[in-house]
Amino acid sequence: MSQLEVEDLEVYYETEEGPAQAVDGVSFELEEGENLGIVGESGCGKTTLAKAIIGILPDAGYINNGSINFKGDDLTEMTNAQRRRLKWEEISMIAQSAMNSLDPVYTIREQIVEAIETHRPGTGRVESDEIVTEMFELVGLDPERADDYPHQFSGGMRQRAMIAMALALEPSLMLADEPTTALDVIMQDQILKRMASIQEEINSSMMVITHDVSVVAETCDRVLVMYAGKIAEEGPVEEIFNQPYHPYTIGLKRAFPNIRKSSQDLLSIAGYPPELVDPPQGCRFAERCPMATDRCREEEPEAHYENGLRSYCHYADEIDTELRPYADDSETWSQTAAATDGGVDE
Amino acid sequence: MSGNDVLLEVDDLKKHFKVNQGWIASLMESFGSGEPDYVHAVDGVSFELREGETLGLAGESGCGKTTTGMSLVKLHDPTAGDIVYDDTRLSEASDAEIKQFRQNAQMIFQDPFESLNPRMTVYDTVAEPLRIHDIRNETARVQRALEFAELLPAEQYFDQYPHELSGGQRQRVAIARALVLDPDFIVADEPVSMLDVSLRAGVLSLLDRMTDEFGLSVVYISHDLSLLRHMCDRLAIMYMGKIVEKGPTDQIIENPQHPYTQALINAVPVPDPAVGRDRVELQGEVGDVIDIPTGCRFKNRCSEYIGDVCDQVVPPLEAKTDFEQDIACHLYDSAEGYDPYQDMTGSPSASETGEEPESTPADD
Repeated sequence: MSQLEVEDLEVYYETEEGPAQAVDGVSFELEEGENLGIVGESGCGKTTLAKAIIGILPDAGYINNGSINFKGDDLTEMTNAQRRRLKWEEISMIAQSAMNSLDPVYTIREQIVEAIETHRPGTGRVESDEIVTEMFELVGLDPERADDYPHQFSGGMRQRAMIAMALALEPSLMLADEPTTALDVIMQDQILKRMASIQEEINSSMMVITHDVSVVAETCDRVLVMYAGKIAEEGPVEEIFNQPYHPYTIGLKRAFPNIRKSSQDLLSIAGYPPELVDPPQGCRFAERCPMATDRCREEEPEAHYENGLRSYCHYADEIDTELRPYADDSETWSQTAAATDGGVDE
Repeated sequence: MSGNDVLLEVDDLKKHFKVNQGWIASLMESFGSGEPDYVHAVDGVSFELREGETLGLAGESGCGKTTTGMSLVKLHDPTAGDIVYDDTRLSEASDAEIKQFRQNAQMIFQDPFESLNPRMTVYDTVAEPLRIHDIRNETARVQRALEFAELLPAEQYFDQYPHELSGGQRQRVAIARALVLDPDFIVADEPVSMLDVSLRAGVLSLLDRMTDEFGLSVVYISHDLSLLRHMCDRLAIMYMGKIVEKGPTDQIIENPQHPYTQALINAVPVPDPAVGRDRVELQGEVGDVIDIPTGCRFKNRCSEYIGDVCDQVVPPLEAKTDFEQDIACHLYDSAEGYDPYQDMTGSPSASETGEEPESTPADD
């Protein structure tokens, strides 16, 4: 049995125009010790998915349907008190902005000790302090700085303190939401490397939510590509990068420059994701897809399984033979840009 | 496409900021208790910007790249050093010459949500520079700039306010505003880092067109080396207010020589799971930019530290034998025969990095 099994999950937000279907029928599994990357544009539902799993949806958000099985228990059936017990101890989250996630009026030590004592009531102060020291060393911070307040730390140090806190109770699942986006390359590299080694040590699994495909390429075993609340494609990282079947995956991958390549033609996906209050029928990506046909606009694609990938595209079975080179050409996409909206939008 | 004519020459530019400018600090100062502290944000930077060329300034946060960029368009007045534009030293330029310079030097900022005035329509935003510089033919120019920025049909955008536009469209308005005066060069500070993934490529290709079609020179400022490799002809890598390595982009990325450049490039993730990257961790954090260390500023984090010479002598950015790029490091032999060891002990000025502008040897 997998550690985490998300089944047909629907997370909606209440809005004035009706419910916005932020996550719409998402199913996937996560094995113990595995790293899963979740990629997609802003508003594709990746952060909502993580918040639903850890149980910190904002007031307007609710789980409409589906289940989240964690080690055999359905999280959606649990009471708030039961979920709170899981937080930090079993599932922890590293948020994008560490400044907003740390309490400014307590020292870092007090915050970590509080989390430890809440979850493990028997823990003495000496033992808690030992954990703080150990965690600070793990993330490369000087343990003597544990008595500092968050504002005394630099951005990179705060992010590392946040990671120390997320790891203090050795959770079996970590949700990292853009953990290094606010940081410089050098700091990013240090933190990702540390996270990988810590993870190995405590054998936890991780979901990394990011828009940066290079971070995913380097840290994840599997990738989930989301588009407008739905899964577009899912599978092992090598296959996602080498032989994707979904045109959106191809487009996203080619939108990033690669430092190892001297000349490259970047590709831009014209248009915007659809409204989630009243999403279009058929494939949600059809409007922006250079290969879309009437079938795509009318009929929702079923999963296509090949090479370990699960791809939601009507033409996945043809992409290998003809369509992939066509989709991999930036000309293809710029023509769609001109056709859809006269080039008004990016 | 890039000619060899120099458009702009930056000569030993320095920009220092006083640390404590509060009234208590000034009171203490007036009673003579202690010297004020300075942040050495930019501390002796020299480079040329050629006509039609794209130059990238890279480095970690706080390395001085943005301050350098803002000094280039005269949003900062330098503490020392100078900028030479069109054979005129800006420090000696007349008001009319400065105004002429400002018309030719434009900047695009990182955050299009902050850089556009929320109370101004797109038309007024783009027309404002024309009014300031008293340039006629306003409507036609605004329209042309918006069309170039691929905001089509342009009239449809005239009366819109920034909040009605997406991030990508706002950045295009900022680009149109920068282009409307037909400048000679543009400084673009992290022009796409605030934009969503799918929008970036579109704005980048627009910036590309800008250099190609207008023959503009552009200085790109970014910490994203993958992006700079894609956009730039030449790169300058900065560390603690100084350039440590400078040269053709492919040369710097594929064959970096300064230990800091090597660490920086090594830290960039590669979007290809098949590429294994040797991850060498750079020790420590960026040093103190107030109390500048003697000798090389990178010495405490350097894996190649070779002793006293690094401690005592500031390595000048200079041509080295066997390399295409300029490097500020004692590991390599100077192409001009400079011997850093002659500046060691017994020659105190060599290790000094205080306020005196002539403190850094051979740093031209």
